[in-house]
Amino acid sequence: MKYIREFRDGGLARKLAAAIAREADPDRHYNLMEFCGGHTHAIFRYGVQDLVPANVEYVHGPGCPVCVLPVRRLDDAVELALKEGVILTTYGDMMRVPGTKQKSLIRARAEGADIRMVYSTQDALNVARDNPDRQVVFFAIGFETTTPPTAVAILQAQAEGLTNFTVFCNHVLTPPAIAHIVNAPSEPGEKPVRIDGFLGPSHVSSVIGWAPYEPAARDFEKPVVIAGFEPLDVMQSTLMLIRQINEGRHVVENQYTRVVTREGNRKAQSLVAQVLELRKTFEWRGLGYVSDSALRIRDAYAAFDAEKRFTVSPKDSREVKSCECPAILRGVKKPTECKLFGTVCTPDNPMGACMVSSEGACAAYWTYGRKRGAALPARGAAA
Amino acid sequence: MNSVDASPKYRTGAVDMTHGGGGRAMAELIEDLFHRHLKNPILDQRHDAAVFDVPPGRLVMSTDAHVISPLFFPGGDIGSLSVHGTLNDIAMAGARPLSLTASFILEEGFPLADLERIVMSMARAAREAGVPVVSGDTKVVEKGKGDGVFITTAGVGVLPDGVSISPAAARPGQVVLLSGSIGDHGVAILSKRENLEFETEILSDSAALHGLVADMIAAVPGIAVLRDPTRGGLATALNEIAHASGVGVMLEEDAIPVGPDVEGACELLGLDPLYVANEGKLICICEAADADLLLEIMRAHPLGRLSEKVGEIVEDADRMVVMQTGFGGSRVVDWLSGEQLPRIC
Amino acid sequence: MCLAIPAIVVSVEADDMATVALEGIRKPVSTALLEDVAVGDYVLVHVGFALHKLSVEEAERTLQLMAETGVLAEELAEMAGEAGA
Repeated sequence: MKYIREFRDGGLARKLAAAIAREADPDRHYNLMEFCGGHTHAIFRYGVQDLVPANVEYVHGPGCPVCVLPVRRLDDAVELALKEGVILTTYGDMMRVPGTKQKSLIRARAEGADIRMVYSTQDALNVARDNPDRQVVFFAIGFETTTPPTAVAILQAQAEGLTNFTVFCNHVLTPPAIAHIVNAPSEPGEKPVRIDGFLGPSHVSSVIGWAPYEPAARDFEKPVVIAGFEPLDVMQSTLMLIRQINEGRHVVENQYTRVVTREGNRKAQSLVAQVLELRKTFEWRGLGYVSDSALRIRDAYAAFDAEKRFTVSPKDSREVKSCECPAILRGVKKPTECKLFGTVCTPDNPMGACMVSSEGACAAYWTYGRKRGAALPARGAAA
Repeated sequence: MNSVDASPKYRTGAVDMTHGGGGRAMAELIEDLFHRHLKNPILDQRHDAAVFDVPPGRLVMSTDAHVISPLFFPGGDIGSLSVHGTLNDIAMAGARPLSLTASFILEEGFPLADLERIVMSMARAAREAGVPVVSGDTKVVEKGKGDGVFITTAGVGVLPDGVSISPAAARPGQVVLLSGSIGDHGVAILSKRENLEFETEILSDSAALHGLVADMIAAVPGIAVLRDPTRGGLATALNEIAHASGVGVMLEEDAIPVGPDVEGACELLGLDPLYVANEGKLICICEAADADLLLEIMRAHPLGRLSEKVGEIVEDADRMVVMQTGFGGSRVVDWLSGEQLPRIC
Repeated sequence: MCLAIPAIVVSVEADDMATVALEGIRKPVSTALLEDVAVGDYVLVHVGFALHKLSVEEAERTLQLMAETGVLAEELAEMAGEAGA
């Protein structure tokens, strides 16, 4: 696996670990937020936390598209799936996420909804081509990385004159979320989040480039290092962040140079801009309403917009009481500080989205870090 | 038990309700398709129940239902799988399998040619394993009420004296051996799933393991645990053992054999090979002093050439499986939650 | 995040499609998001799309940098050790 395995090399990891240990100031605590679930996954999957000193701590951010989707939108998807004649297509990640009263797409399927898991928007289009007498809705979720394939699918559907394909668009944007986190006042009773620097999105940035993070780094004086998703990328980026923090700098640096450029993928950006436009505001689980943080389908492509093709009823969507997903997504709490974690809420019986997605902080803690998790709150308390 | 060619009679046509109705059509199907291929002296008794002699020792019984999509996959099909699955369940008790039964639930409209192909594959697997199918049953369900064909097999085996293998027998200080690379069966199946299609040379590892087990037990009768890591993969099987034995398991990531194609497919689909199914591998937990001898014996068998020591049993009140990663850290290897779905994030 | 894996392009086909390989796995992907793509390019594959090309030179440079970072730190430490002694 060229350009994958090299970035998981234990020998280089030890070298980077030694460098981090030497350069991290023992008298300070480094709270580094990894925005993306991809980083969370790598940190736990490879045990990166074991290789850095105790005063370098990773705070898990909201960069998991499954986790930040508000319950209301999921409930809407379930309602769409249960409509007569509809086939709902979705990425596998969404299948087990619980909506109101624990109702997930997998449960809706058991009740008779026709829900098909797809790997790509191309597969969703195939389902529409193969079922001309059915309405095929693609439940689109994800950040800037996953958005261009949705835009391409809409353009293909238009070119082919497919009249039974629509998209339920839930695409969200990364830079507004980062700005929101550093800027947001904490909720009453919450300790404010102190974040010293960000491991910036890797694959999102391959599309949008690294320039969009410059305002956040400058205005909020927080260093950002665009970091690849392999464990060595995480470690090298950690070192780069520690250096910026030690030197009092706060700029955007790019560790993931093999894929990310300053301007990103122009063609993908223009395809997205052609089909989608900014929503004035959109609800994020954990962050609440964030302005200019999501995309919707332009009027010119209204024929492919599931929100225009179908009506969904207003509903009283609610998350499980005392589920700490929102605070965990803001980095204010750790999964182990949630009363439900590991008792009522486990991957087999998830109460919140953070326990479902393999990159959700709770699932990562449960799956990879539980053993060590017991020791983590003590370390956090020293911060 | 010699092989017989496919019958021209079943080249066309489909299963219909009369094939399960108890009349002439059913009798013909049993005679010309099932008996023709599965032929053996006990089946030839034409009883509803098979009668056979039992060698000395304790009896071991197991049953396994097989539902799989697709029915035919690279390296096997539901027919061979239904033989291997039950034989392996018996072998994992340390027993020598004696005979099998097979029960078919057929869906109306299922092509007879496919049915014959499945039965022929089943006959071949039974012949290679040296274990006859001695009794069977067939039912037909209406179209839409089945998925082509479901096969339930049951098996009887005999356990030699002095062998006591149990998932609850793992003790701290013992070691974990694995008979080869993991994930091949699951990835071979996924490669043919609708909407996921990718090209690969990977074949299912579906195989009967009782021959390998017999060699191992002959050398080391005191093996503590044997387990085939099927659904849920290596991770789930080890968690089951840790739970049953009240111990922890410490795995060494770099020691676990994973084929390059399995690794590639897992990267693309966001799967973890530790959770992907196997149908021809076994986990053996034994005293550390027996490990080298067992590895030598396992590697000498065609189904165990890539055998490795992959971990050890440790004391742990929490009964966790923990893995030292090749990267230099550690992670908990938990039970599989639900089905492992391909993911995009 | 977004699960994306580098794979090598082994053939370029009509209609913005290409086949990529990762070890022995071959998979069709859409190249609709790329300006140009050629056999032998490494591309980042996400949900059946080639998202971006991977720069082989930059990959090698990053690995080189990682190797040197460690060495440099070790040398510095040695020097510090000597200075302290």
